[in-house]
Amino acid sequence: MAKITYIDHSGEAREIEAKNGETVMETAIKNSIPGIDADCGGACACATCHVYVDEAFMEKVGQPEDMEQSMLDFAENVQANSRLSCQITVSDELDGLKVTTPESQH
Amino acid sequence: MDLSDAKSVVIVGAGQAAAQACQSLRMGGYEGGLTVIGDEPALPYQRPPLSKAYMKGDLPEERLYFKPAAWYEDNNIEVMLGVSATGIDRRAQRVLLENDGHVDYDALILATGSRPRKLPVEGADLGGVHDLRGLADVERIRPQMIEGHRLVVVGAGYIGLEAAAVARQMGLEVTVLEMAARVLARVTSPVMSDFFEAEHSRQGVDLRVGARLEGLKGQGGKVTGAVLGDGTEVPADIVLVGIGILPNTELAEAAGIGCKDGIIVDRDARTSDPRIFAAGDCTRRLLVHYGREGRLESVHNAIEQGKLAAAAILGKPRPPEDCPWFWSDQYDLKLQIAGLSEGYDDIIVRGDPDARKFAAFYMRAGRLIAVDAVNSGPEFMASKKLIMVGASVAPADLQDTSTSMKEIAAKAAA
Repeated sequence: MAKITYIDHSGEAREIEAKNGETVMETAIKNSIPGIDADCGGACACATCHVYVDEAFMEKVGQPEDMEQSMLDFAENVQANSRLSCQITVSDELDGLKVTTPESQH
Repeated sequence: MDLSDAKSVVIVGAGQAAAQACQSLRMGGYEGGLTVIGDEPALPYQRPPLSKAYMKGDLPEERLYFKPAAWYEDNNIEVMLGVSATGIDRRAQRVLLENDGHVDYDALILATGSRPRKLPVEGADLGGVHDLRGLADVERIRPQMIEGHRLVVVGAGYIGLEAAAVARQMGLEVTVLEMAARVLARVTSPVMSDFFEAEHSRQGVDLRVGARLEGLKGQGGKVTGAVLGDGTEVPADIVLVGIGILPNTELAEAAGIGCKDGIIVDRDARTSDPRIFAAGDCTRRLLVHYGREGRLESVHNAIEQGKLAAAAILGKPRPPEDCPWFWSDQYDLKLQIAGLSEGYDDIIVRGDPDARKFAAFYMRAGRLIAVDAVNSGPEFMASKKLIMVGASVAPADLQDTSTSMKEIAAKAAA
């Protein structure tokens, strides 16, 4: 289990208990977090689950793989800490993770 | 018709479009009654993984569901599962259920989906012959997906080829039978068909195009093989049928709602009855970027029309209509498709199919209308946007892989 905080573009935070093995995207969808659509259900095919990862967790979350990076290249408002949340798997290590959803997904 | 004072919204069907409509209605502030009627026993789940990761056993069942049961309770959504709607009484604004029950509506969304086309040959009802559409189908198929077993796939569309790829990865002997002269004939160009044919052959699939299925043979009620038009027999322990789907329009047709190979809807997903909407595979809609009508069998369409119907009911502005998009996973290949290639007059290939990373761009009168992108995210993402604005793109730029898709997109937008 890990606690994940989703922050929307207006700064409103929602803290969720996430299950290990599920993705940060799935956890968001099951809890109706606004700003994460995840149209393709996590197949890395749509880039509608784009989030900004809290700098403190960048290392633990790791780098995007090629396909994810190429999808991110064409997402809106991409930053150095952009990730697709469908490609981040929850583990104990991510307890306390904060992610912010971009305004363009609201 | 203004439905913003609706007190009861009913959704018939419990697939992706229904799940999206529930989400969009509740997130959009709708607080009235919300009832979902689904004839399958399961809560709304994702279908795409059924012929991919879920079939292979890489994805546990609970991850197929869009929302846990508690979400529906928390959002005050009544989900009636394993219940068939038998009719619509439009005058009484009432959905009739089996066992004489009924649910009254102020607004109704038909998200009835589609069903697999049945194999029109003898032996189609033998044991071991399966469709691949629902969770229950995969539950029946999976115990038979055993290493060394012989699988015959009828139909080389996306579902059939995805299942063939999974079966090869699980160690089955796989034969794919396709009536047309090439795989994916209905949905893509010969360039892509050639590529996927070569890939499946390389992976050990016995691919037979131009093969007419005469019938299926069995013993003791169980399938033992497929007989082709030329008399050839292909032994089989299990047969998967993937020869297309048909829209479920019966409820709408019986109620006198306009249908023509799909329930006809306008850009707000509204049918010929202003209180009744339709969303997903069951609809026939305007393809706004192509100026013609058609049916879209896709996740994109289910989501979009679920949102459109919810917005129309809530009296909110129409959400943006996206360029149609699709994807297919086979082996380690991710095929991403943007747009509809039908009617193209030129194909431009970017990248090298032998490197398993390339894209086919489809042009009509100099404008980009679609792309099939294999392991090529940028080509897919850039094209989606270019297609939506009807951009002209220079073929020479597309062919030149040293010019990035970002540069091409920027140039087209200029």
